[in-house]
Amino acid sequence: MIDTNQTTPAPAGAPSLLRIHALEAGYEFLRVLRTPAFAIPTLVFPLSFYLLFGLLLGGQWTGLHKATYLFASYGVFGVIGPALFGFGVGLAIERQQGWLELKRISPMPTSAYFLAKIAMSLAFGAAVLVLLSAAAIGVGGVRMAGSQFALLIVVLLLGTLPFCALGLWIGTLVKGQAAVAVVNLVYLPMSVLSGLWIPLFAFPAIVQKLAVVWPAWHLGQIALGVVGQASDVRYGLHVLALLAMTTLFLALAAQRLRTH
Amino acid sequence: MTHSLETLASLESVGKQYGAICALDEFSLEVRAGELLAVLGRNGAGKSTAIGLLSGRIAPDRGRARLIGRDPRDIAARRAVGLMLQDCELPDTLRVAEHVRLFSSYYAHPRPVVETLALAGLEALAARPYGALSGGQKRRVQFALAICGRPRLLFLDEPSVGLDVDARQALWRTVAELRSTGCGIVLTTHYLEEADALADRVVLIEGGRTLIEDTPTGLKARAAGTRVRARTALSLGQLAQWPECLSVHGVNGCAELLTAAPEALLRRWLAADDALAELQVSALSLEEAVQTLTTAASSAPAEPCVGRTRRALAQEASR
Repeated sequence: MIDTNQTTPAPAGAPSLLRIHALEAGYEFLRVLRTPAFAIPTLVFPLSFYLLFGLLLGGQWTGLHKATYLFASYGVFGVIGPALFGFGVGLAIERQQGWLELKRISPMPTSAYFLAKIAMSLAFGAAVLVLLSAAAIGVGGVRMAGSQFALLIVVLLLGTLPFCALGLWIGTLVKGQAAVAVVNLVYLPMSVLSGLWIPLFAFPAIVQKLAVVWPAWHLGQIALGVVGQASDVRYGLHVLALLAMTTLFLALAAQRLRTH
Repeated sequence: MTHSLETLASLESVGKQYGAICALDEFSLEVRAGELLAVLGRNGAGKSTAIGLLSGRIAPDRGRARLIGRDPRDIAARRAVGLMLQDCELPDTLRVAEHVRLFSSYYAHPRPVVETLALAGLEALAARPYGALSGGQKRRVQFALAICGRPRLLFLDEPSVGLDVDARQALWRTVAELRSTGCGIVLTTHYLEEADALADRVVLIEGGRTLIEDTPTGLKARAAGTRVRARTALSLGQLAQWPECLSVHGVNGCAELLTAAPEALLRRWLAADDALAELQVSALSLEEAVQTLTTAASSAPAEPCVGRTRRALAQEASR
């Protein structure tokens, strides 16, 4: 039953890196898709909040198109969820289970593990955006140029990366299911305080001033600018802030992974 | 043995320190192709550190670790190795065959997935999610991941914990088969009959050093002994005076003695105590044999070690 080639020295050569990365990403996506506690809230919450606050509850905002504004802000809310949960909770549980340990000493290229989680976050983020777009265009009467829409999608998907990094850092700090609570404690308050649920102008001035510390606010400003719902957006500064935060989270995470 | 005795992995005078604790000191070990090496020792003896150094999980502070002629942390070296860890759970929602297919992709020339599943006795479970398996079935999946890449060297850390008797026998058969094809195997286990059944060589680690390196038969011979237990009118102190008595302690109101001369001991005991009751005589299990050997070693004066051993620290703490 066992191949007798075993007696000869193990064949040299390397496996296909492309195949490893593709399989790793595919199975990471399947793993998460089959976890209802992850898949359902991730896909359903942004859509139902958007339908409730953006479309069902009435009210007009002077100078702004509410359905368009909230399409952008719930888009941000929707794409950062899978990034935070996928990385944070995934890593925390896999660390606790000893699964990460086995993967680290296996011949898996380290990049495969992280790129798989990024790919999964992007796939779920894209699914959230499809649902939100259908609601915005079909129910909310949101209209924008094709190029504007495409730019928004690109911004939102690229914008998941800082949250992958933040999730990664959280995943190195806590172990196991505790990460679900920690990620929620970061995700929900940050989303509210960044004006993703209700515009920041409805909040006290102090909350508006403090918003600069949240990466979600920076991504939100860029998204709102793209769809013409915020003026005087300083794109360069927001991009710089997001890059700086990404670097910081990655450095903190790398430090934790090295020492633990 | 027809296969070569090529050295697959080695530790050369390695030392590893965790803070003030010396986990391994001047420790050397070799694993050769086609042999099964059992690494024994109690918790904290340095077993896991030795396996960690060999498999590239950790780097030595002193000395050198080699794996297939390379640094064990080199990915090319890791492609020649399969591992089964003691505490490792896989993602619940992936199916058995999916786990095997993914892990196989890390290797240049893996076994076909069906062959791996068959070797691990998992054919019937291929479509089952990992989370729906029993403890023993999960261990078999972990074993499947260890062998899927046709490793030249296999590390098995407590492989049969949680397996029923049939599954354990099947695992032993597969391991023996792999060894016969030239695979080197490093086994750590608490089931000494497992080491006895499989190992060509046994290394007993204590206090970060090699205490004994021998064949299983040799190890058993060193620790030959019999356990005699009875309810007796004599005191433990009196029993301890007898030349046949290696050690004695009280268990549930009975006296339990270890002896190398059970017949002589029994004659003396029956003659000395008319009221002797509940007599039991049993062979020392290998587990107790190792216990005896390590206990004898720890009562001997400790060898100097850079830093202190865990045992020394524990003894200090208990004072």
